[in-house]
Parts: sequence; C-alpha cells; structure tokens
Amino acid sequence: MHVGLEQYLTVSFLLFALGMLGVIMRRNLLVIYMSLELMLNAANLALVAFSRFNDNLNGQILVFFIITVAAAEVSVGLALIVALYRRHQSAHVEDLTSMKL
Amino acid sequence: MFYVFAALTLLFGVLVVANPFSRNPVTSAMFLVLTIISMAGLFVLLHAFFLAAVQVIVYAGAVMVLFLFVIMLLDLKEEQHRKIKKVAILAGLLSVGTIVAIFLKSLHATKLNAHSSPATEGDTALLGKLLFSQYVLPFEVVSVLLLVAMVGVILLSKKDLK
Repeated sequence: MHVGLEQYLTVSFLLFALGMLGVIMRRNLLVIYMSLELMLNAANLALVAFSRFNDNLNGQILVFFIITVAAAEVSVGLALIVALYRRHQSAHVEDLTSMKL
Repeated sequence: MFYVFAALTLLFGVLVVANPFSRNPVTSAMFLVLTIISMAGLFVLLHAFFLAAVQVIVYAGAVMVLFLFVIMLLDLKEEQHRKIKKVAILAGLLSVGTIVAIFLKSLHATKLNAHSSPATEGDTALLGKLLFSQYVLPFEVVSVLLLVAMVGVILLSKKDLK
C-alpha cells in the first residue's frame, strides 16, 4: 500500500491532538510540559514530511532550529517549575493561584 | 513499516497523556522517550537521517534526562491521589475533537501537490551546506538564544533573586 504525504500528516495531526488533550486534561505541570513537547514533535513530523514530498530541504533546516529552540525552552521552563516548586511546594496547576483576583 | 512506526508513536503518545495504570510523571517521561524514538524511526523512513539522529540524541538523550532530573528533584508523591476532573476530560475531548475534525476536513479539501516518488535526502552533508550558506544568520541567532537561555536558567535557579 502506498504511503504518501496524507498518511504522515494524519499521524502528525493525531499526535498534535494528543498533546493538546494532555495540556488541557492533565493538572501536573511536568506532564503538561511533556505534552507540549509532544505537540512540538508533531509539528516537526509534519515539516519533515512536507520537506520530503516537496523535494525541498528548507523544512528540515526549520526542524533543526525547532529542536534547538525546544531544548532552550525546556531548560528555561524546568528552571521556572523548580523555582515555583520552591515557593509553593507543589507542581500542580490548581495550587498555583497567586495571580487570581 | 510506516504503519508499524506510526502505530507505535500514537500508542506511546496515548500512554504519555493518559496512562490507565499509573499517574506517575516518571512513567509519562519514559513513554515520551519511546514516542520520540519511534518518531525517529518515522524520520528515517522519510530519509531524514540527520534529524533522526538529532532527535534521539537531543530529545531522548538530553531533554528527557533534564525532565527526569527535575521529577526526581521535586519528589511528586501526592500526584497519584488526585483524580482528573470530569469537566476537564469533557472540555479536552470536545476541543480536541473539534481540532481533529478541522484538520482532517482541511486535509481532504486541499490538493497536496506532492511528488509521488520523492528524491530528497536529508543527509548531514547537504543539510550542513545549507545551514552554513543560506541559513548562517539564523544559525548564529540560535546560538545567542542558547546563551541567553543558559544565563536565564542560572539566574532562575539561584536561591535568592536580587
């Protein structure tokens, strides 16, 4: 059976949806962060598939940059989570209500 | 081969988000590693060999080690006792269902002018040439971004912020 761009894009969509479901549903900051990583990876998969099926390497360069930025983002985000945990003793979004009016 | 890796990726993805057996963040992280590795398999099927290697080294290696370090540091014991709210599940399924419906509809509606027999090879030499000729400026900017992130992390993790 022929595997084309549509199949890869469908997998990418489903993976993105899974990540989004995790961000909305889960209440643990770390799991929310992992779901964000899942969404970034889904975007990477779509970009690589487009790059392959359009005979254009620019998509893969973009994925390279996305991976770099994601690594920086994860390090900063985890440092923020650790700082939050020091202050509130919790990594649960429902306990972090200090900005509520 | 594609269907094997795609099914594995989606299965492990489901286990990251909603594992029916354990609510422990460590298991989520482990399944995220498996998701990323099977996605690297998909990259290899797309002939993006360099990105597959980078995916395994940077994500499955560095980023996940960072995640596991923080999980161990935070010592999240009481997480298991909390239930996921029904409202959250309902809202999540509703919005995600809508998004997926929009995605699939638009996928069917658009005509993708894709090559049926692509010839692009994502090998390291080609990517490197492109990266150091056409994309030199973004490359340098990204290195500055990494430096800024490093300084920010060191500042954030200091005990007393002045």
